[in-house]
Amino acid sequence: MNEEFKIDIVNPEKSFLTKDDVIEAIVPAYEGEMGILKNHISIISFLKPGIIKIKSKSGEESYYVEDGIVEFKDNNLSILTSSIFNLNEFEKNKVLDLIKTAEEEIKNDEISDQIRYLNNQKIDVLKSIN
Amino acid sequence: MASLDDLKKRITSVKSTQKITKAMKMVAAAKLKRAQDSAEKGRPYSQKMNNIILNLSNGISDKSNAPKLLSGTGNEKVHLCVIMTSDRGLCGGFNANIIKKAKSYFSKLKQEGKELKIITVGSKGNEQLKRVYGNKIIDNISFKNSKNANYFDAEKVGKTIIDRFEKHEFDICTIFYNQFKNVITQIPQAQQIIPLNTEKNSEDKLEESYEFEPDEDEILRNLLPKNISTQIFKAMLENSASEQGARMSAMDNATRNAGEMVDKLTIEYNRSRQAAITKELIEIISGAESL
Repeated sequence: MNEEFKIDIVNPEKSFLTKDDVIEAIVPAYEGEMGILKNHISIISFLKPGIIKIKSKSGEESYYVEDGIVEFKDNNLSILTSSIFNLNEFEKNKVLDLIKTAEEEIKNDEISDQIRYLNNQKIDVLKSIN
Repeated sequence: MASLDDLKKRITSVKSTQKITKAMKMVAAAKLKRAQDSAEKGRPYSQKMNNIILNLSNGISDKSNAPKLLSGTGNEKVHLCVIMTSDRGLCGGFNANIIKKAKSYFSKLKQEGKELKIITVGSKGNEQLKRVYGNKIIDNISFKNSKNANYFDAEKVGKTIIDRFEKHEFDICTIFYNQFKNVITQIPQAQQIIPLNTEKNSEDKLEESYEFEPDEDEILRNLLPKNISTQIFKAMLENSASEQGARMSAMDNATRNAGEMVDKLTIEYNRSRQAAITKELIEIISGAESL
């Protein structure tokens, strides 16, 4: 049986990635990591900072995202995000830069708990990459 | 009749103007290609975002409890208009068209007795509107320093709008921009973004039921501000493609007009030169005859 589904990752500037031979996608959803296989129920959820893993026939790929929305419907997975980086092309300096901005943001006392949580999450994930 | 020297000067001046317009046309054409590309690439994102929101708002059970960005404040008293124009001139009717559309909307609001607030994006619109509506303009945002339309700028505009909405400064928000149809046609658009217009697609009702994680309300509350930035970004992309298109066709016309003018002036120049020669000849001949 055919076990593949289609994935579309778009950011505001362009369509980032399209694949139609995906076997499994693991996304960092708001309430924990979520693995999506073919014929998953229709779902809409948020992404928190984390790693998207895409297993397809042509191999496995990983991307780092900071935020976004994921929608799965009729075996089409759409991920809308404004910041996404391919882990293979992710430069070390860029990672350090992102960690720095997040750390600076935490120091600010006026931010809400939610933003603080997201920034902490960001730092954890980024450090695990390095 | 102008003297030969004057004509010559005018011809050179028109020719150098033509050189400038020609160069501007080339630059606009190159930029248009890029702007058009990014406008097309940006479409899937805003479309998908729109779809998700439509599905969500159809699925929401309790309309009265929906976030205010979706359902509105319940009033229709204060209107905020965001006028998006370019930062540079020499682009034909591009800015004038948006302003015209906006002004007719303003006078309609005035007749209905609504209150008006204006935010201008881009300096050209600000310059033209501040003469008549100067006291209504509450903010002016300009992106003179950023080369291309980028999402970061759009987010900034979106944040300003949402901040003002949360302070209850207005009830309804409409953005004005030019939609890019093709190089010679740009359609000025008025699009209402707060409260969101979801009635359009109510005919093809989606019976699809979604699983939400977290629940609908929370998703909507997070999604709607993002959607506003996205819609503004889309408007910015369309606008920048339209601007280049308008500039290109305006400069093409200008180049052609300058060419016609050079031709006309050259004929006039040749005629008056010939007239001067003939006059001289007649003088010589009649002088010789009188001897």
